[in-house]
Amino acid sequence: MEPLLDIRGLAKSFTLHNQGGVTLPVLAAVDLSVRAGECVALHGRSGTGKSTLLRTLYGNYRVGSGELWVRHGAARIDLAQASPRQIIELRRSTIGYVSQFLRVIPRVAALDIVAEPMRARGLGAEAALERAAALLTRLNVPERLWHLAPATFSGGEQQRINIARGFAVEYPILLLDEPTASLDGDNRTSVIGLIDEVLARGTAIVGIFHDGEVRERVASRLYDMTEAKAA
Amino acid sequence: MSALPLLDEEPPLLVVEGLTVAYGARVGCRDVGFELWPGEVLGIVGESGSGKTSLLNALSAKIEPAAGRIRYRLRDGTMADLFDLSEAARRQLLRTDWGVVHQNPRDGLRLTVSAGANVGERLMAIGARHYGEIRGSALDWLGKVEIDRDRIDDRPSSFSGGMQQRLQIARNLVTNPRLVFMDEPTGGLDVSVQARLLDLIRGLVADLGLSAIIVTHDLAVARLLAHRLMVMRGGEVVESGLTDQVLDDPQHPYTQLLVSSILQV
Ligand SMILES: Nc1ncnc2c1ncn2[C@@H]1O[C@H](COP(=O)(O)OP(=O)(O)OP(=O)(O)O)[C@@H](O)[C@H]1O
Ligand SMILES: [Mg+2]
Repeated sequence: MEPLLDIRGLAKSFTLHNQGGVTLPVLAAVDLSVRAGECVALHGRSGTGKSTLLRTLYGNYRVGSGELWVRHGAARIDLAQASPRQIIELRRSTIGYVSQFLRVIPRVAALDIVAEPMRARGLGAEAALERAAALLTRLNVPERLWHLAPATFSGGEQQRINIARGFAVEYPILLLDEPTASLDGDNRTSVIGLIDEVLARGTAIVGIFHDGEVRERVASRLYDMTEAKAA
Repeated sequence: MSALPLLDEEPPLLVVEGLTVAYGARVGCRDVGFELWPGEVLGIVGESGSGKTSLLNALSAKIEPAAGRIRYRLRDGTMADLFDLSEAARRQLLRTDWGVVHQNPRDGLRLTVSAGANVGERLMAIGARHYGEIRGSALDWLGKVEIDRDRIDDRPSSFSGGMQQRLQIARNLVTNPRLVFMDEPTGGLDVSVQARLLDLIRGLVADLGLSAIIVTHDLAVARLLAHRLMVMRGGEVVESGLTDQVLDDPQHPYTQLLVSSILQV
């Protein structure tokens, strides 16, 4: 079976022009393929570039060099060559991303934030809100918060809104940056349940899980970030 | 679900090539090129004097560029060169297919006539004559931009800055334009008023499938509204791309400086 994500020789560095022009080499050579139903956990110490790799896979950071092939419907697209419009389309239908922190939009209620990716894919308002409510219930977000904008929510509440949003659409590829970092036992179990379900459905996941227990439970294999440094 | 708009079978709405605006020896903007697709919002950012407004004025046919081409897809599907069109045809475009929301509502509204007339006027300019229908549309649009309907007979000079800006948006959108230009639409407003206006613009652009070009120096506004960004400095585009990529992984020294100069976007 062809991988959903196929990374070849990916390198990424940052040049800080206003700080003496230093260049930070972060990723030197990432080779990684992820198939349907697989969950690859990025493993490495703080600062080894785990989040950088995830962001690059989402098109949030620009590819330095190398190839980053994404299966999109019947086509394959190299993110390194994709236009902004193509990346937007990939994000709408193929790649989901749960960032570590929710970026709140002023005045938009939690329920609508979760429903938005479904609406963007053409789902009717009612059906989208219904599914959003079901996800929030599953993640134990109290109903009294649903119609409020999450700016004032606790870290754990915001994270659960973010997770609900990431799981609202059945993306073939899902990127998870520490999805359980600020969650307690029950909520962690709910998230593990969601991850299990999408893996069973054939989603390919690349994730960062600092919590060893969660990692053991969901990861099919580890990708050691020291490999990313070897060039 | 539409399968692959990826292959760009859909043609762009606007194609700009080598656009240069000069004020005598001074350059407003130099050699700007880009394409804009239906439903897309392009943000133009850069500090004051970077050429944003010059570019916007040339794009909206307000000033004639020194060089370059602007092509626009008319409703019948043909691609027209903006400066090959007659003056009358160009003016007709501005009245119907395009909208321009000015930074200062005073430049985009008539302060001496009622709010209803401000909205209705654009409809009359494209041939609407039925008083009841025009008033009905005006009421409908006041509702959409969250202005109390019973203010319809008041003059905008009695409105707050935020209300005037919303009225200006209603006046522009009432004719169902396909392309809207906005110059610092939230400039000069209080932060709370800004948030509400941004929310409104975001909703309208998405619901109506509008294409928009929005000039702003506020990167948070750009992040919220624009799919793509162009960063300008000294009249030139120094960097462009997907909005969050430009803001989170800026490549050009000037963009890095802009991004690092703000507290949080
Ligand atoms: N946008 C950016 N601009 C400049 N440098 C960056 C940027 N993003 C990340 N870096 C640098 O890349 C390196 C890797 O950071 P990254 O966040 O990917 O690490 P990580 O493995 O996720 O760490 P942690 O486990 O602490 O989250 C760091 O040195 C960081 O400073
Ligand atoms: Mg990280």
